[in-house]
Amino acid sequence: MRYALRFATLGYLFVLLVAPVGLVFYRAFEHGFGTFWDAITSPDAIHALKLTLIITAIAVPANTVFGIVCALAIVRYRFPGAGVMNALVDLPLALSPVVVGLSLLLLYGRGGWLQGHNILFALPSMVLATMFVSLPFVVREVVPVLREIGTEQEQAASTLGASALQTFRRVTWPSIRWAVAYGVVLTTARSLGEFGAVTVVSGSISGRTETLALLVGDRYEQFDATGAYAAAVLLALLAIGTLLVMYRLRPKEETR
Amino acid sequence: MAARSLPLPARRVSVAPALTIGFSVTYLSLIVLLPIAALVWHANTWSAGTNPEAISALRLTLFLSVVVALVQAVAGTAVAWTLVRDRFFGQRVVDALIDLPFALPTIVAGLVLLVLYGPRSPVGVHAAFTRWGLFLALLFVTLPFVVRTVQPVLLELDTELEDAAASLGASPLTTFRRIVLPNILPAILSGVAMAFARAIGEFGAVVLIAGNLPLKTEVASVYIVGQIGGGDPGGAAAVSVVLLCISFGVLLGVGALRRWATRHDL
Repeated sequence: MRYALRFATLGYLFVLLVAPVGLVFYRAFEHGFGTFWDAITSPDAIHALKLTLIITAIAVPANTVFGIVCALAIVRYRFPGAGVMNALVDLPLALSPVVVGLSLLLLYGRGGWLQGHNILFALPSMVLATMFVSLPFVVREVVPVLREIGTEQEQAASTLGASALQTFRRVTWPSIRWAVAYGVVLTTARSLGEFGAVTVVSGSISGRTETLALLVGDRYEQFDATGAYAAAVLLALLAIGTLLVMYRLRPKEETR
Repeated sequence: MAARSLPLPARRVSVAPALTIGFSVTYLSLIVLLPIAALVWHANTWSAGTNPEAISALRLTLFLSVVVALVQAVAGTAVAWTLVRDRFFGQRVVDALIDLPFALPTIVAGLVLLVLYGPRSPVGVHAAFTRWGLFLALLFVTLPFVVRTVQPVLLELDTELEDAAASLGASPLTTFRRIVLPNILPAILSGVAMAFARAIGEFGAVVLIAGNLPLKTEVASVYIVGQIGGGDPGGAAAVSVVLLCISFGVLLGVGALRRWATRHDL
């Protein structure tokens, strides 16, 4: 019984996860490392990598600051609309990225409330789309930790005359920093690989508004399978790096 | 916005609450609320309500998502069980692998499945441009949800009750059904709900597999992108609003479930 279950679940994971991901690595390197290297150092690939990193470098810090502040607001204060705010924070987790892209298109596009030059099909809308889809991760990691540590130490600091900022820096921050780090890792992973929302707002203009994830899809549809596999492997390596960091951070979180 | 601190002894008037809440509300409004409002404002519900292609895409999406959520309820629980209760070589690696679908970009997930189960499949399975392919892609991206919600509950669960049941002559199946299942059911349900929501809206993993076959493999997200490209953002917005309502419904359901579980101390 036990062995049957072990065999079944491991088989399921192998067929669904391990075999496909393993094979894409094989396919990317089957024509030699040189071909792979050329595919990820071509001008459009370099540009896509740069664009992906720029978007991530803007979206992640913004959502980290928001995540910490918002978690504090949700846990430490009562105010009208807190329930709505809580629900809105979770929305990006449950909403289709395509719907996110379309919403931005309708807001900033022709006839939209905030139409303007160089927002759509350019960097600003791609950053906004990425910020939307990766918004919940830091909040969701920090909220339970803040609830768990309670307010006693913060109150003590405050009665001893510490300012709000001092209390946060000396008392709150040391206990939430691992949760923040974990949230940042998740935010980064999502930002590096976002496809649906970015594809709608960017227009996927090759060499201009194409991120790595868009490049994978574009190359595959242009029948450049080897090029697509190479870019996919680059993204998969970034994902595996993320997994390793997550795995490193988790035990620390548990033994806190 | 009127804000007051929780029991904190108010020794002096602090601007921290106002700043914290003000910043959060403003940021959330600009990034999330405003775009969503624009979407609802522009939705042309009537045109999509009568469009057979839209109806077909929504129906296929709902059907696939229900099936995928049900499969994950069983498979996810089995995986969580194996990770918590079983001991075998390489278990930590398997545990880490579960998060791979969260970390892997969705387009890579779709591509990876096409490499093994697509036109050049080395095992002779051709799932490209079929509903089976969509099913596989959705299974791939929703894999972690149930595992990651059930696993911690199972870890906390004391095995004493199960041992007692077994010593009183209950079969393993009866023990699972009467002792374990009631305890992990809320976790399974919230994992299933999140997997369902994810499957409803998934785009990156299915777009390459779906191809371009309206009425056959066209799911809602692919339909929406098609309509945007075809110059009918109103119709796309109508279907989007349906997806938005489903997402909100799922979140409300998960929230209610969580409150219910807390009240019953599960």
